[in-house]
Amino acid sequence: MIGSEIPALIPVTYILFAILIPVIGLWKREITWHLSLLGTGTATFFSAWGFMHLIQTGETIRYFFGGWAPPIGIEFVYDGLAAFIVLVINAIAFLVLIHSKEISKVEFPGKKLAYYTVSMLLMLGFNGMVLTGDLFNLYVFLEISSLSSYALIAIGEKRAPYAAFRYLIIGTVGGSLYLLGVGFLYTVTGTLNIIDMHVMLPQVIGHSSVIAALILMIIGVGVKAALFPLHGWLPDSYTFASSTSSALIAPIGTKVAAYILFRVVLFLFGVELIDHQLPVTTIIGIFAGIGILYGSIMAIAQSEMKKMLAYSSVSQIGYIIMGLSLANPFGFIGAVLHILNHAMMKALLFLVSGSIRLKEGHSLITKFDNSYRKKYPWTMAAFTTAAISMVGLPPLAGFFSKWYLALGTIDNSNWLLLAVILISSLLNAVYFFRILEKIYLNNPDTESTEETEVVERDEVGFTMMFPMAVMAIGLLLVGIFNAYIVNVIFNMFPAGF
Amino acid sequence: MLDFFMGHYAYWFTIILLAIGLYGMLLKKNLVKKTIGLSIFQAGVILFFVSVAMKEGATVPVKTYELPVTEVSNYMNALPHTLMLTAIVVGVATLGVAFALIINIYNRYGTLNEEELLDKIQ
Repeated sequence: MIGSEIPALIPVTYILFAILIPVIGLWKREITWHLSLLGTGTATFFSAWGFMHLIQTGETIRYFFGGWAPPIGIEFVYDGLAAFIVLVINAIAFLVLIHSKEISKVEFPGKKLAYYTVSMLLMLGFNGMVLTGDLFNLYVFLEISSLSSYALIAIGEKRAPYAAFRYLIIGTVGGSLYLLGVGFLYTVTGTLNIIDMHVMLPQVIGHSSVIAALILMIIGVGVKAALFPLHGWLPDSYTFASSTSSALIAPIGTKVAAYILFRVVLFLFGVELIDHQLPVTTIIGIFAGIGILYGSIMAIAQSEMKKMLAYSSVSQIGYIIMGLSLANPFGFIGAVLHILNHAMMKALLFLVSGSIRLKEGHSLITKFDNSYRKKYPWTMAAFTTAAISMVGLPPLAGFFSKWYLALGTIDNSNWLLLAVILISSLLNAVYFFRILEKIYLNNPDTESTEETEVVERDEVGFTMMFPMAVMAIGLLLVGIFNAYIVNVIFNMFPAGF
Repeated sequence: MLDFFMGHYAYWFTIILLAIGLYGMLLKKNLVKKTIGLSIFQAGVILFFVSVAMKEGATVPVKTYELPVTEVSNYMNALPHTLMLTAIVVGVATLGVAFALIINIYNRYGTLNEEELLDKIQ
């Protein structure tokens, strides 16, 4: 039965295409884009199939590589949460790569071969991180995805290589700290398998190296997730990378790192175990709350759309980490839902900014005016959908994840974080409605001259419109059929919830 | 007190290496020196794993006729060493990417000094 091979098939697809694209691309350079779509499409198909299979049977698939049973061998664990995240990231990557056809001609001409090869390696790393059940294997996949993302970020504007270099230094220190944490855990438990270690940890929890390992791992993965004080690399990297790179890395990269934090804190250690030793979840919650407010305020201060979106990412990742820190079912549902919602919203917003850059040559908010509404009516409609969803108005998807997070804070009587959610929604409204106002309302100062100007309709092509339309409709559908998704998330709870 | 330092000298060595690496990355202005600091930092982690696998009086993990396999204390732990082979490869790849970026930065700005770079960017 092929269903049980699904966890291995998804990364293998990416390895296959990472080899196929350079080999075939040297012979026929034009079809690299089609090959990358075939690769991500196949992986999306496998992950959708596996997800359906998992919902029907309800059984976690544990795939042992080479037939070696853990804890000796390496295994891939395909449980509800992993299946969900894998489906989200592969589908988003597929849509973003469709959009890249026109962008690639303008922003990185002549580099398509390398670009699509590295993007396959990036997706290999992310999928591997989500699926693996082995802590050291996770480090290897973490580095594969990080190295690919340094390369992808460096393809961009003049300042991109410097932004990528700074990310490389910070990111590698994060990876090394994670590895050091794994080393500490290995010395006290003698295993690297997450499930096996989860069983052993209660016996050694009093050991000081376990707490040290937890802190090292949270800091190491927190760098990749851009958790508040460790977010320094993010704004520059996302701003100066090419539009496709930011649309690929912003929705997927930080979400996968947040997922690793979930695995480490909730699945590997378990909340009861660590909170007896150290109030880790409270501390993470405080940083997440500060990060949410800081990201929103910095986003208001930006005049460049991509930089604004980058700071907004810092704020939105805070919501996901906040859901983790609440450590109750509502918080968990809210966080997992927000991974899906934010992946769609941020991908859509970065795609819109990419489309505007392609047509106008810039994405400065100060230069936006109401001619855009007539020139790109559908792009602006998609942007408006995403913006309203980010603010969190029902029935769009963004409302529901914030709703569950708010329920989680009420459940914990954590009024401070509830206030943070409400205030940051207002701040989100400020920085998105500022753009909407420029697009949809006439500017009183220039009104007299405007009437003589005839604005031609200049909508983006099908390959760019299609992914944006799918995500905008997706946001609406996820909002409307929210109850079904929450029912699915109910089966993903870690033990002890 | 002396015991505390001498008994854990391998760990102190790791900590010193990590500190040197961090110092290089934070305070050196030249991007190549920052990369060297990064490399030292990674080497610190790798040496930590290698030193953890050490057992006093044990031999290499290859089966010999004199020593029975059942007595695991006769053999060193081979797993951390094999893990570190992978980590070394990761480190080499990171250095490769870092130097590729440095070459690119130098071609665009003509300097590798961070202060001059920031001046030129503004």
